[in-house]
Amino acid sequence: MQNKMSFGRRLKKDLKRFGGAYILVLPVVVFYILFHYKPLLGAVIAFKDYKPRKGIWGSPWVGFKHLESFFSSYYFGRLIRNTLTISLSGLVFTFPCAIIFALLINEVKSRAFKRTVQTISYMPHFISLVVVCSMVTLFVSSNGFIVQIMQFFGSNVSQSLLNINSAFVPIYVLSDIWQQTGWNCIIYLAALAAIDTELYEAARIDGANRWQQTIHVTLPGIAQTVTLLLILRVGSLMSVGHEKIILLYNDYTMETADVISSYVYRRGLIKGDYSFSAAVGLFNSAINFALVILANRISNRVSGYGIW
Amino acid sequence: MSQAVSHAKKKSTLQQEGMGYRVFTVFNTILLVIATVVTLYPMYYVVVASISEADELARNFGLLLFPLGKWNVFAYELVFRNGLVVSGFLNTFFILFVGLAFNMVLTCLGAYFLSLKGSMLVKPLSMLILFTMYFSGGIVPIYMNVRDMGLMDSLWSLIIPGAINTYNMLIMRSAFAAVPDALYEAAYLDGAPHYKILSQVYIPLCGATMAVMVLYYGVGHWNAWFNASLYISDTKKYPLQLVLRQILLLNQNSDLNASVTDLGELAKYSDMVKYALIVVSSAPILLLYPFLQRFFAKGVMVGALKG
Repeated sequence: MQNKMSFGRRLKKDLKRFGGAYILVLPVVVFYILFHYKPLLGAVIAFKDYKPRKGIWGSPWVGFKHLESFFSSYYFGRLIRNTLTISLSGLVFTFPCAIIFALLINEVKSRAFKRTVQTISYMPHFISLVVVCSMVTLFVSSNGFIVQIMQFFGSNVSQSLLNINSAFVPIYVLSDIWQQTGWNCIIYLAALAAIDTELYEAARIDGANRWQQTIHVTLPGIAQTVTLLLILRVGSLMSVGHEKIILLYNDYTMETADVISSYVYRRGLIKGDYSFSAAVGLFNSAINFALVILANRISNRVSGYGIW
Repeated sequence: MSQAVSHAKKKSTLQQEGMGYRVFTVFNTILLVIATVVTLYPMYYVVVASISEADELARNFGLLLFPLGKWNVFAYELVFRNGLVVSGFLNTFFILFVGLAFNMVLTCLGAYFLSLKGSMLVKPLSMLILFTMYFSGGIVPIYMNVRDMGLMDSLWSLIIPGAINTYNMLIMRSAFAAVPDALYEAAYLDGAPHYKILSQVYIPLCGATMAVMVLYYGVGHWNAWFNASLYISDTKKYPLQLVLRQILLLNQNSDLNASVTDLGELAKYSDMVKYALIVVSSAPILLLYPFLQRFFAKGVMVGALKG
């Protein structure tokens, strides 16, 4: 019946029923156009030589000039390597921490203890990045307590760890683990709480011990959540946020700390090299997009679920 | 009778759990206590250092367990004597309250639309919105966009461009979608216009999620520094976090330089002022979030991402 209605009549019926809602959503649409799609269009400067006087559309086209000069530059290999090192370290060390932490919390019987541990574990998430990075800077400085403890155990470091190339990734990852593990485990705790208790009952009746229950009930219960978050992680393998890098790196650690996003920031917004850095940024966006799609497709095929 | 049954049940589970599980429980408890101490200690250190005596603190080697010397709040006096810190707080309060109003109104409007069932526009529009989560033009075009709109050096540049966070809107959408259809239908058949259905049916039923939204957006405003570093050049308009960055990371503290003239004194107090500043700037949120903690699971985004 409904399929037989002409498009015009369906539209009319739709407008009559939802017209008020369409007016309500108008500011939201305007917002997305002005602050998401307009800059997306503005990214064409990646293929132009942007001249402030001529504006975005008046500047001359140069095709892939900027991308090519990026690919052949000294920075290209270093930025890719650093970006991948930092994000893979996050995948290997930070990502599993939250899962393990959630599984451990889930085994706690005392509600008061559970709640206390959880509340405290969320705390660092609410501290601003500027403050977290300042705390790191203070603690690992030459007279900070972390360096002093290292000296106590026989290390001969006498400068801030943030000036040492090989220390940057560990500092980045460990401070991430400290700040985000508690918060990231919320999602797993929610998934764990949603597991049907009858499944545990049934497993017990079948003679499964605690460990077997964890393997056969608990882990499959959170497998879907883990997969979804893994897709998102893999999808962002080539993107390390610029904020924390900018707050922590310095001239001594560019070799290991400089990533694509921080380079775009420095080249584009500090030095004003708009077209070149927009090209690098766009290249990065395209890779991220492709990675999400790829990870999602693989997951859909292998496990049967994905983010869309 | 029932007591006997529950007793028997308890005994049987205990038997099943066995020795290995009891060892695990002890081990697990110890591990979680250690994790908690490690999480808490850096913050504890900051608080203790901020109220220690400056000389003693400079001489200290290694961990701190208690305030050194006679505890005092001199560092806090220096913090609040700093004009930039005070103006930073005021700017952040402005961004927080005005920003939250924009955030909540626009997020609710968008989420309401996305939760509509049977509308022809929902699918195409949600595709356009979801796309922006996975593909962005990058920070350079975004910066140029804000600049071309004439928002430079205005606090509005920190409010309007971030008025909607798509993740948050999707979380709100799934809360609205969970409102029973029957309520929507009843209101609709009574002739209620959409804005009334939203404001009088949906929003009152989703108080918990609204609270989480206020917290997420609020924390976002409170902790944001990067956009301000791009768009704001007048130090009087700096939000709190940008002031913190100047003092804590870039070691630029001209107000302190003015109030403590002796160079040796200055070096002595500069770290203490940093610790005190960390406490003052983080305390408001750290005191607030535990009250909203029971709602956090509502903000879990995976459910929201699908669909």
